[in-house]
Amino acid sequence: MNLNAFVFQAVNGLSSASGLFLVAVGLSLIFGVTRIVNIAHGSLYMLGTYIAYSVATKLGGALGFWGGIVLTAILVGILGAIIEVLLLRRIYRAPELFQLLATFALVLVFNDAALWIWGPEDLLGPRAPGLTGSIELLGRRLPTYDIFLIVVGPAVLLLLHMALSKTRFGRLMRAATQDREMVGALGVNQAMLFTGVFALGAMLAGLGGALQIAREPATLTTDLNVIGDAFVVVVVGGMGSITGAYVAAVLIAEVKALCIALGIVDFGLFTVNFSKMTLVAEFLVMAIVLITRPYGLLGREQGAVRSVAEPEEPLRPATTATKIGGLIVLFVLIAMPLIAQGSPYTLVLGIDVLIAILFAASLHFIMGPGGMHSFGHAAYFGLGAYGAALLVKWFAAPMGVALAAAPLVALMGALLFGWFAVRLSGVYLAMLTLAFAQIVWAAVFQWETLTGGSNGVLGVWPSAPFESRPAFYYLTLALAALGVFLIRRFLFAPFGYAMRAGRDSPLRAEAIGLDVKRIHWLAFAIAGCICGVAGGLFAFAKGSISPETIAVSRSIDGLVMVLLGGLQTLSGPIVGASVFAVLQDSVMRSTEYWRALLGGVILLLVLAFPAGIVGGLAKLFARRKAAS
Amino acid sequence: MSDLVIRQLSKSFGGVRAVNDVSFAIKRGEFLALIGPNGAGKSTCFNMINGQLQPDSGEIMFEGTPLRGKKPRDIWRLGIGRTFQVAATFNSMTVIENVQMALISHASQVYRLWKPARALHRERALELLAQVGMQDAADRPSRELAYGDVKRVELAIALANEPRLLLMDEPTAGMAPKERNDLIALVKRLVIERGISVLFTEHSMDVVFAFADRIIVLARGKLIADGDARSIRDNPQVQEVYFGTGKTFKAEARS
Ligand SMILES: Nc1ncnc2c1ncn2[C@@H]1O[C@H](COP(=O)(O)OP(=O)(O)O)[C@@H](O)[C@H]1O
Ligand SMILES: [Mg+2]
Repeated sequence: MNLNAFVFQAVNGLSSASGLFLVAVGLSLIFGVTRIVNIAHGSLYMLGTYIAYSVATKLGGALGFWGGIVLTAILVGILGAIIEVLLLRRIYRAPELFQLLATFALVLVFNDAALWIWGPEDLLGPRAPGLTGSIELLGRRLPTYDIFLIVVGPAVLLLLHMALSKTRFGRLMRAATQDREMVGALGVNQAMLFTGVFALGAMLAGLGGALQIAREPATLTTDLNVIGDAFVVVVVGGMGSITGAYVAAVLIAEVKALCIALGIVDFGLFTVNFSKMTLVAEFLVMAIVLITRPYGLLGREQGAVRSVAEPEEPLRPATTATKIGGLIVLFVLIAMPLIAQGSPYTLVLGIDVLIAILFAASLHFIMGPGGMHSFGHAAYFGLGAYGAALLVKWFAAPMGVALAAAPLVALMGALLFGWFAVRLSGVYLAMLTLAFAQIVWAAVFQWETLTGGSNGVLGVWPSAPFESRPAFYYLTLALAALGVFLIRRFLFAPFGYAMRAGRDSPLRAEAIGLDVKRIHWLAFAIAGCICGVAGGLFAFAKGSISPETIAVSRSIDGLVMVLLGGLQTLSGPIVGASVFAVLQDSVMRSTEYWRALLGGVILLLVLAFPAGIVGGLAKLFARRKAAS
Repeated sequence: MSDLVIRQLSKSFGGVRAVNDVSFAIKRGEFLALIGPNGAGKSTCFNMINGQLQPDSGEIMFEGTPLRGKKPRDIWRLGIGRTFQVAATFNSMTVIENVQMALISHASQVYRLWKPARALHRERALELLAQVGMQDAADRPSRELAYGDVKRVELAIALANEPRLLLMDEPTAGMAPKERNDLIALVKRLVIERGISVLFTEHSMDVVFAFADRIIVLARGKLIADGDARSIRDNPQVQEVYFGTGKTFKAEARS
């Protein structure tokens, strides 16, 4: 560790910063004008890498590479315009939760499209013609392509600034970013403006992706990896601010570079390998910025939060009919091992469904009554699952101990992450929770010595007396029923009312003495804790746990379950989780392209059935009643 | 003795001096009207007193306790209730649950997780609703109420912690003249019965002149007059503010 190493890494950090900036800036621009958080932005970047790869290898030479980069940016820009016209235009007025889900559906569709077109293998592009060499800097070699990238970031920033201040389109964009209502008043064709901005943002993502092919292979996991980083940069820089995006990109890249330069440091009593702490560092930067400036370094507080689509009915205690119905379902579930004696697989599916119910019900607890749209519920599932599995792996803990630890580990995580999350609302909260989930995932993935890395933890089997399938099924049923019962109880108690009060009208709630942040923080912790039970059960049900099973897609599965059932009913998550788990098991697994299928289901839900199954049925009954 | 004392209060938004060096006091049991054209800084004053906004400078004392720097919920616990210019109730709850929520908070039972909230303080909540004439709507969803009724429910909520000072920002906005009169008469009765002090804004001059004990006038952030109905009516500066904006007292009353 010496000064030269630091300076070298700092320079190197600037080239990473350019990459981060190019992904984040488009996301930020699009949000500034349209108020849509485009989760598919990472997918556009990924498509950029694939398209540039194809052009560069098909055409070859300098034209193929450099021309390919330009062509890619244009193609991805056009794709962005098409997305805006066909999909986003229909959902600008929808609740933001639906917007996020719709763009996530695109992630799924594009991922399968890339799989279909380019196949599952990683594709390594050619090196940049003209920039294959390297120069010597402080006794180390720095590739000239990296120097080129260092220049690209600020150059794009400068160009964007000029475009925004000098052109009519740019001035409109800035006006729209500052005051959305004003655009209408100016008599501007808003549709054109939005399409243009979306195309521009997509173009920047495509450019960012295309520039990477000389350094890294094109791969199918890029979309979600990149969107996680982009979220952190945008949140730190301030949504809608392009200079903020660059400042944040440099800050984060430099902090990471510093960690790498520090390497392994001996503190006498213990040693710390800082180069394995890059993700933790990223998290810390974000945390510090959000504590001191909740809307990012150069961001501004956004106007009023959009209200929920449909007004919610007051909570009514269960009617006798509902109670009887619930008991019948419970009896059927208890009798299941007898009913399904012939087909042992039914119990496996039954366990999956019960775990899904616990997962979805805990998510619904904060999403519905709490109004906090968490896009990272997988974090608490993962903490529970890994908490239990690691106790078994390292301490040979009996199942009872491991299962008891699962909710506690998840609770710790939820208390920590929730403390930050409740300070934000709306899309900020959604992005922050997603970023936290990415951090848990990455930590599990990176910390190989503890967690087994991508292989996960194996051999987590239930111990006596639960080693038989039916016994474990009964355990799962008991815990799931207990969890659902507790959640229901909490919602009818003063605490649940206070949660809803804080959601309905934070100002009014504070004005009658409620500490809304604290209430929502505790709710977040309770949800995380219950979700941890689901995670623990999952680890034992499968006998193993791997990073793949706690990735973003699990968070999104949870959202789909909740919306499928209906956000505004208590039984919604239960119905939604059951339907989803059975569907996923039967239909989704029967095709290689189940992601695209799931994406289609989500789009259908968002565009056609926003109230979900239970909500839709309730409305149907209400209409019948009114008619009779 | 004065309940609330405000000294040299100021607040700017960007370049706009919304409230500029304002001082006044409310005596115990006083029914004090704060009037002034739109944009005069009335709501900003309310928001600073209840802690929703922090003043740039100045002092706010309630029964000898400084309020600056305190949060809305702490100020509420000191005995100051408020209603909002744009009425805000909890839309996913019934009317009575809205009031129960405030009573639950008052009794420090918010963090209870077990016993259903429906059963808590129902009697007391019904009493409060009866006082504002809303007991018949107790079990209706609050989002179905007409705007005037929402305002009355807000009043019941604000009374739940037995406040000694009530801040009411345009409590009658959006009401018909008859309704306005009734509501203010109701508040006035409560003031007398319970010895509450009230600071309220109101656009109808008829109502203000008929009910307020004292009137203070705000224009462009500055306090320009302070006195009883007669002295305010005859104050040339006040007349200028109202006529100067092209409105008469009567026209203002209808707006
Ligand atoms: N949150 C705010 N941000 C910027 N300006 C504000 C804000 N609140 C009020 N103002 C400005 O302060 C002035 C006083 O507003 P307000 O207190 O609402 O007046 P009133 O209630 O008397 O109609 C107005 O010029 C208004 O535009
Ligand atoms: Mg006002």
